[in-house]
Amino acid sequence: MEENIIIDLKNITVKYGDEQVLTDMNLYIRDKEFITLLGPSGCGKTTTLRIIAGFLEPNSGEVIFDNKNINGVPPHKRQVNTIFQRYALFPHLNVYENVAFGLRVKKLPEKQIKAKVVSMLGLVNLKGFGKRNINSLSGGQQQRVAIARALANEPRVLLLDEPLGALDLKLRKDMQVELKSIQQRLGITFIYVTHDQEEALSMSDTIVVMDNGVIQQIGTPQDIYNEPKNAFVADFIGESNILDGIMRKDLYVEFSGHRFKCLDSGFEKDELVDVVVRPEDVDVVAADKGMLRGTVTSVTFKGVHFEIIVDLKGFKWMIQSTDYQAVGTEIGLSIAPDDIQIMKKSIYSGTFGDYSSFSEEFDELSDASEEGEQ
Amino acid sequence: MKKKLSIGNKVVASPYLLWSILFIIAPMFFVVYYSFTTSSGAFTMDNITELGKFTDTFLRSIWFGVLATIICLILAYPIAYIITQTSANSQRTMVALVMLPMWMNFLIRTYSWMAILQDTGIINTFFRKIGIGTVHMINTPGAVILGMVYNFLPFMILPLYSVMSKLDKSVIEAAQDLGGNRLTIMQKIIIPLSMPGIASGLTMVFVPSVSTFYISQKLGGGSFDLIGDVIEGEFQQLYNYNLGASISLVLMILILLCMVFLNKFTSNEEGMVI
Repeated sequence: MEENIIIDLKNITVKYGDEQVLTDMNLYIRDKEFITLLGPSGCGKTTTLRIIAGFLEPNSGEVIFDNKNINGVPPHKRQVNTIFQRYALFPHLNVYENVAFGLRVKKLPEKQIKAKVVSMLGLVNLKGFGKRNINSLSGGQQQRVAIARALANEPRVLLLDEPLGALDLKLRKDMQVELKSIQQRLGITFIYVTHDQEEALSMSDTIVVMDNGVIQQIGTPQDIYNEPKNAFVADFIGESNILDGIMRKDLYVEFSGHRFKCLDSGFEKDELVDVVVRPEDVDVVAADKGMLRGTVTSVTFKGVHFEIIVDLKGFKWMIQSTDYQAVGTEIGLSIAPDDIQIMKKSIYSGTFGDYSSFSEEFDELSDASEEGEQ
Repeated sequence: MKKKLSIGNKVVASPYLLWSILFIIAPMFFVVYYSFTTSSGAFTMDNITELGKFTDTFLRSIWFGVLATIICLILAYPIAYIITQTSANSQRTMVALVMLPMWMNFLIRTYSWMAILQDTGIINTFFRKIGIGTVHMINTPGAVILGMVYNFLPFMILPLYSVMSKLDKSVIEAAQDLGGNRLTIMQKIIIPLSMPGIASGLTMVFVPSVSTFYISQKLGGGSFDLIGDVIEGEFQQLYNYNLGASISLVLMILILLCMVFLNKFTSNEEGMVI
């Protein structure tokens, strides 16, 4: 086992009644790393965080912190602090007293408390806000107070439960950068929970993709994006065309009626697999020069690129290209070997990756309903 | 900014306006009027100057009221807190149980306490059976205060419960997370945040306790008359409406002062719940 592991979750299982929230979860977290638990609502990511914080006891399994089992240790005795989804600031205390709360509990001398609070408020760019009432602050400012309050306690690990979920896009981007820089400056472990894949990709050292209480994949942002382990991960992180393929032999895969060169090996001969091709990795060429050919059915201008839906014998691909293609034109598609990712068949096979029913409106609707939930 | 009332608004508001004039403002006016007049209607200050002889009764009423209110708070706070800690279903049941005695008539409830506390009552019969002997309970200040606490306890529990049940659980978790143990969380989070409920509860128990009259007559046996009893006597037995009104007036002012004092102590932006 590696030296610098700070938290180790072993065979964690959590049930609420009949509902299995976490199933035999194993996860270790390295000291000083920025790790993100990513997944849709109800995937068990917040539950995992609450287990580490101590608000929830797993039905079975061990929680190891610094090589010591901390099952049953109450939250106030753990060296972790949490930033809650809705900040959970103390409404009856001003900014200064909110940040000072943990220090007062520790009964530190007043002088030390003052120095710490002032430096924490400086860290989150809230100098001079000490006397302000919590309710007079904007969402972004409240968020900063919550960060200062948690960091004032000098935790070994900071747990962040969708901390930016309530902020608008611009502010969210700024806070992402700020959080990342705070993490690097202070050199403490951040465990970050989000359902926003972009946020996860841009901030994390390690991403843990979860669904249905099961870890789907653990890896660096690049690994997760470029080499998804199954259709769920491929679909959840970014856009993907996911096709049924047959591994003819090592380095050769057949899908959409064409045999492609690829970089994957180690499969059985003629094994059925899922093939992922990212929309930005498909090159548009003249119809007769492509490996595949299809008809453009819709084009949407996205600013950086066009989002083109192409019908290939009933299967609709999404392609991102900087060149405009008129609806109805026949185009050729060309895919380089290193842009093809082969995955083993899983329970998620066949559920994602076809853009036939794709509509942005629908996407936005489902996003909105997700935010309402916990 | 004040909005101008449309004619429609005025029409809709008129029954309430009429109600307030007839049953709130007019009676208040009569209380003031009677306080400063003789039985023949001439202006006088006698009713006010005469109040000195009731000083003891006033003080006793306030003292009993304060005691009953404090006891109610001490009893109700843990009860309300415990209720909020149970499941939604049992919360509903327990709140219903708290209110259940109020479905019975106030006079009957107080009368039952006589039967329970009397020297020949249920408790003393039991005490004699087990050899403790008779403990005199009825007609003591304790019995009067017990009556007040028993009758007004729900008015303390309900506002406390209503505030505590709305406390954001994550705020409590945040305090835990920052190192607060149960005691710290109680002191620094739950009690300060339930202040509006405490203020409402104190008012809702103190006001009826100070002005009650039936409880003191039945459980105090006439030896511990409160100001409410005196007012009742002036109106019902002595037919001295003017003196009765002046006592009422002073009582109202006293209660008002107490409430202002209470609000000073417990005010925050959220205000009282009830």
